[in-house]
Amino acid sequence: MHALRTTGHQTIPAVAARYRNNFLKEVEAHVEDGEWVKMCMQCGVCAGSCPLGAHWEHPPQELFMMIRAGKRAEVLTSDAMWMCTSCYNCVVRCPRKLPITQIMHGIASYAQELGLAPEVQPTRDFSIQFWKNCTKTGRVNEMKLTVGLYFKDGLVAGIKQVMNMLPVALGLMKAGRLNPFELLRGHSPKDQKGIAAMLKRARAIEAQRAPVTH
Amino acid sequence: MTAPIATSQTILVVGGGISGMTAALEAAECGRDVVLVERSPTLGGRTALLYRYFPKMCHPTCGLEINLRRLKANRRVRVLTMTEVAGITGRRGDYQATLKIRPRYVNETCTACGDCSAAVSAEIPNPYNYGLDKIKAAHLPHVMAYPQRYLLDPSIIGTADADQAKAACKVGAIDLEMQEETVQLAVGAVLWATGWRPYDAAKIQPYGYGRFPNVITSVEFERLADPSGPTGGKLLRPSDGKEAKNIAFIQCAGSRDENHLRHCSRICCMATLKQTQYVREALGDTAQSTVYYIDIRSIDRLEDFYQMVQRDATVKFVKSKVARIAQADNGDPILHGVDTEGYHRYATAHDLVVLAIGMEPESNAIALPQDVITDSSGFIEGSPDGGMCGAGSASSPLDVNRSVQSATGAALRAIKVIYQTASEEA
Repeated sequence: MHALRTTGHQTIPAVAARYRNNFLKEVEAHVEDGEWVKMCMQCGVCAGSCPLGAHWEHPPQELFMMIRAGKRAEVLTSDAMWMCTSCYNCVVRCPRKLPITQIMHGIASYAQELGLAPEVQPTRDFSIQFWKNCTKTGRVNEMKLTVGLYFKDGLVAGIKQVMNMLPVALGLMKAGRLNPFELLRGHSPKDQKGIAAMLKRARAIEAQRAPVTH
Repeated sequence: MTAPIATSQTILVVGGGISGMTAALEAAECGRDVVLVERSPTLGGRTALLYRYFPKMCHPTCGLEINLRRLKANRRVRVLTMTEVAGITGRRGDYQATLKIRPRYVNETCTACGDCSAAVSAEIPNPYNYGLDKIKAAHLPHVMAYPQRYLLDPSIIGTADADQAKAACKVGAIDLEMQEETVQLAVGAVLWATGWRPYDAAKIQPYGYGRFPNVITSVEFERLADPSGPTGGKLLRPSDGKEAKNIAFIQCAGSRDENHLRHCSRICCMATLKQTQYVREALGDTAQSTVYYIDIRSIDRLEDFYQMVQRDATVKFVKSKVARIAQADNGDPILHGVDTEGYHRYATAHDLVVLAIGMEPESNAIALPQDVITDSSGFIEGSPDGGMCGAGSASSPLDVNRSVQSATGAALRAIKVIYQTASEEA
């Protein structure tokens, strides 16, 4: 009887620990739409339907299984979920209607939050630039965003890219879709202060959320 | 024809497949009066269109023959073919059923000699081979048809073909003046044995059914394997008539899918395992079957059959639901996907693809009485007062064996209703 009563948290042997689904629970608590991960039945339709699937390190189906297998470091440092282009092919075909695209973005942003995301990742670079760009004034400054992207690999590469895209840019200017003077200052929304206040409040709410424990 | 005499002590069985026949016979052999209505010109339903049964690999003709003999020996079952239920009103013990009987243009003096068929030139897509070939417009549905009576397709009525058929009939069985009839029936209990139909495979867009000729359904494959089918039992693929040796089977085609049928159709795993043995039967050791699956659900004793197929060197299993099918220039379907055992990406060509198509309740396409309760997939549970209930695969996705069990159980429930009605009236 005594032995039965002491079977508490501490006495679980190390071999049993990997069956405790800690990482799945963490994903459910902290990743947007993470509670859907356990619904995956491993059919493979998402992996086979992904137009970029062959270039992923782990297709969604595999990522879901890795989460369930507790492979925390492998999942969060992976470059896989950053490869999602949000085409939603997997979402419309998933037999269990998992919001796969949303989960991919959720895992990526969770990895970024924890500082585990891969350092060199074009999608991540773009996301960071985009976020900085649009939260500055509340409007995306397309000129600054594109030029910033072109010159991210150095001056020479940037000039090359600009020359490559020049005909497209001139065409856009002709059609009134691109204003070169945006590069100097750019326009802002009517209530820029309101947007800044909204973002500040959102950050405060986020800071109040339960801290990550693992 | 004369309207059948029915009272509130009569049981109406809707559907003359294996379940309806079983329910009707079980009730009749317990001394109850039964009216068995069937929409098509023959009893036997989809069971009659199978090549073999699992797991014993015997022919459906055997089971049907036993039931037909029971039927012929029983005076309490009145069979109405080409008849549909137009409406049912009333309640447990006191129903009024309206039946619509379509004209067959051939009366009961027909001797099934086939002279009318020989005299007719028009052909229609053969419904008993899922439209894979053509049948004469004057025809006997199939060899096991009951009643053994020819019929004229309505498309030739008023044409020279119909007159030639009438002229060819030696016994004067053809009556071109037959009209649709409506019959009212008083019955005490109703059993819905309306069965199932294959899910519309064209709705599974990435598999290309209807666009790629060499992608067929499992029910069509049954007809290919059957010696009385469109290819005389040879496994010839539709695009070029080449013998198919390397055949892929895709499981859960339409089933277990929130975008299509949300239920597991239960029979498709066993049907595919059975069909791999048709391939072996036709081609011996040169056969190549590949089963693409999420998981194999061969329940209870059927696990033995699964293990037998696993030992068969001609059958390969790939744990993966195929994502999409493309077509090569030579007509070969190419299956694309990622397997779950190692996450390997594949693009595999096969001669023929068989979709293990899901079971949809046939009643999804007919108007049921208001008080019949169905589940989220449309399978019939019955009326709250117990006067009507589902039987066989109309009530749940079931194989032949379990359909017969379900139908027997349903017959008992109907007998109970009649028994209680009788004692209330007494």
